Amino acid sequence: MEIKILGPGCAKCEKTAKLVQEVVAETGAQARVVKVTDMMQIAGSGVVSTPAVMVDGEIKSTGKVPKKGEIAGWLK
Amino acid sequence: MLKSINETTCACQVPPKGTVETNPSRPTWMLLLAAPLGIALWWLVYTHLAAFSQLLTYRLLPFTPGSHLGASVEFFLYDTPKVMMLLVLVVFGVGVIRSYFSPERTRALLAGRSLLAGNVLAALLGIVTPFCSCSAVPLFIGFVTAGVPLGVTFSFLIAAPMVNEIALGLLYGLVGWRVAALYAATGLTVAIGAGWVIGRLKLEHHIEDWVQQMTTVGDSPVENRLTLWDRLVYGKDAVVEIIGRVWIYVLLGIAVGAGIHGFVPEGVMAAVMGKGDWWSVPLAVILGVPMYSNAAGIIPVVEALLGKGAALGSTLAFMMSVIALSLPEMVILRKVLKPRLIAVFIAVVATGILFVGFLFNAVMG
Repeated sequence: MEIKILGPGCAKCEKTAKLVQEVVAETGAQARVVKVTDMMQIAGSGVVSTPAVMVDGEIKSTGKVPKKGEIAGWLK
Repeated sequence: MLKSINETTCACQVPPKGTVETNPSRPTWMLLLAAPLGIALWWLVYTHLAAFSQLLTYRLLPFTPGSHLGASVEFFLYDTPKVMMLLVLVVFGVGVIRSYFSPERTRALLAGRSLLAGNVLAALLGIVTPFCSCSAVPLFIGFVTAGVPLGVTFSFLIAAPMVNEIALGLLYGLVGWRVAALYAATGLTVAIGAGWVIGRLKLEHHIEDWVQQMTTVGDSPVENRLTLWDRLVYGKDAVVEIIGRVWIYVLLGIAVGAGIHGFVPEGVMAAVMGKGDWWSVPLAVILGVPMYSNAAGIIPVVEALLGKGAALGSTLAFMMSVIALSLPEMVILRKVLKPRLIAVFIAVVATGILFVGFLFNAVMG
């Protein structure tokens, strides 16, 4: 499983990345967490508002820091 | 440099506490009971702030009524709780409204609109769509590649920061509804007009090439269905996040305002920012550009300036240029816009603001 955190590196994006990594560690999910900070790539994935989270190419959340419960739901 | 800009402009939306889970089945009767009670309490405190600040300044603290320092301290002690209380109410209300909108939805509403109608709609949506300037670039690309005309996109990008809920709420509370309404109306007019002009100039080829070659795929993600309780939580999160971020600017702004209120003699402002001289409006705009404050910090200063006889037009122009024309945002937008388009953007918006300033100096006292 591949989880992408899309965002230019602002405070919200860092927070999102941190939460996702925490949830991955807690649940022991087999997932690779990748940060995407390049504007071209972000816009190219169809994301309009950052931070956004993609799991295996599917946009799960945009424009907000997701809650831990939500993240855990995507990892199943 | 860029990094620090990103940090300062980027912490926009709510970082909710990761561990707290919302309970969707919270009973609504509790809410119905708590809401009127809370508002009544809020109102009771709010209406007694003036008396409280006087008591505190002249009875409990050793200031003499009528002294410069006393006037400053009273202003500060009165404005600080007043502004904070107003902020909480306004940010909460707007937060709840914003939970009904998203940039994705706004984009879908704006795609393929004709110029004038699109500009009007974009400016209005700019007020209610949750947007933060760190998302300006993906949003810009997302809009333009989805078929939102360039001018319409600009109307959104100008209105979103300028006609700002914090600015409106504070203006209403501190200066009065008339100035607040004027500000909203003229801010929208500038956003609509500037976007329309940019659209008419046909500057599409001044977007950076890599953006033009880009084709965005895919639609927006699934929209979550939110319960009323979720929306109230969204509002509460917005209050915690926004107040946590702006309180220092608010205090600084009120301190500057208090200094002006207590120590600057009547008439000095009228001489500097009065309506007599034509150059006072351009000066106000030029002074405003390098200042990067958010709306919350600038309004107490505006209140004090107006109180000391600064002309309304010059003051509005100053406020708009501080909020709408900010250097950090230009730097961010430079990634997608060629220099010529940035220059046009600044020129058109500045012209609009100048027009507003001259108009109100001419019409009002």
